[in-house]
Amino acid sequence: MKELLDRAISGDPIAIARVITLVENGEEYGIRLLQDLYPLTGKAHYIGVTGAPGVGKSTLIDKLIWHLRSRGEKVGVVAVDPSSPFTGGAFLGDRLRMQRHATDPGVFIRSMGSRGALGGLARATADVVKVLDACGFNFVIVETVGAGQNEVDIVKTADTVILVIVPGMGDEVQIIKAGIMEIGDIFVVNKSDKDGAQRLAKELEAWIEFGYEGSGWIPPVVMTIAEDGTGVDRLVSEIDRHRAYLNDSGELKRRREKRVMEEINVALGESIKRRIRDVLEDEVMQRYVSEVLEGRRDPYSVVEEILGKLTKGGV
Amino acid sequence: MNERKIRVLIAKPGLDGHDRGAKVVARGLRDVGMEVIYTGLRQTPEQIVQSAIQEDVDVIGLSVLSGAHEYYCRRVLELLREKGAGHIVLVVGGVIPPEDIPRLKEMGVAQVFGPGTPISEVAEFIRQVVKR
Repeated sequence: MKELLDRAISGDPIAIARVITLVENGEEYGIRLLQDLYPLTGKAHYIGVTGAPGVGKSTLIDKLIWHLRSRGEKVGVVAVDPSSPFTGGAFLGDRLRMQRHATDPGVFIRSMGSRGALGGLARATADVVKVLDACGFNFVIVETVGAGQNEVDIVKTADTVILVIVPGMGDEVQIIKAGIMEIGDIFVVNKSDKDGAQRLAKELEAWIEFGYEGSGWIPPVVMTIAEDGTGVDRLVSEIDRHRAYLNDSGELKRRREKRVMEEINVALGESIKRRIRDVLEDEVMQRYVSEVLEGRRDPYSVVEEILGKLTKGGV
Repeated sequence: MNERKIRVLIAKPGLDGHDRGAKVVARGLRDVGMEVIYTGLRQTPEQIVQSAIQEDVDVIGLSVLSGAHEYYCRRVLELLREKGAGHIVLVVGGVIPPEDIPRLKEMGVAQVFGPGTPISEVAEFIRQVVKR
């Protein structure tokens, strides 16, 4: 294990990829690896890019990578697409738009399925980001499924959240209704050559002015055309400005505290579930189910009983 | 869902412009529970191999309609070996004359799937080869 880790930390892509797989699968071994890597994390700036399907996130990230690389940064990308809730499979097509960076040793792109995680963002994604952080990528960009409200999950992971919208999708009302606006640190109006882009940007700015009065950070609205890279240089400087703000204001510390709290809670929940799964025999579970169906007891008392057995040291 | 998924990379090397077949296969494999990384058109062997490494895939599926299958298979296999990723299995589909198949297999291509091969056959082959 030490050898695999050493190779990953020194930048060997096969080793990095293998560590990511182990971590993603959530096995014991993967967790040990994460424990060893943990002290090396905390150096990268995590950027979350979210928005509805088709707004141009992948194309935008492709341009972002180019900009960051041209100033010598090493960039990791985690592109999450939905897994089928029925088959468990996934069509992972985001990296298609970033493929010109495929052979650049300073870029590592990994595609992931959401694997049934609620909130649109796989639990494992946060762990994969840590692997890339520990292995020397100083910017790690996470692209999420962008299905709407579920994007709130990304806030728990990212330092800077970029919300991408496009004119003409009736987005503005949807977004405001869903409260998604509150999670964006930077708003991008992409496909800004289309009709309605200016109006959308103005509406956004008005809403921001109303909602963020007195805040330390007023989210900027950046107009881009990801296809040809227009506006991306401004996006990069806003990312830099946000990073400086996070550091200067102490906000970074607050966010990371929240992140660690969330991590511990999630890991705790998963560990408990795993332990119960390991010791709770199928026949015992089947008996509980029959008792509930026959009306002899309710599900909540079943849970109490199982938990009681767990804390007493085994079922 | 903490289980090992089969990961497949599907790519079209060179100048082929038609990717409908490759996409059909990609979606078919997704429908049987695999994670399919689709890298699209005009990929160089270097891009294909580097992507396969980063994505830690079990199988690379090349889709070649242009007739240059032998060149691309050879190059991809060379690069995989060079970079220490020789464990990744290579299969190829598209327009491949049957007389070329033995040569391809000798090179190290695990299987050749002609036009009209049912997805279930592709999926089953992949499942078997990954088990080994």
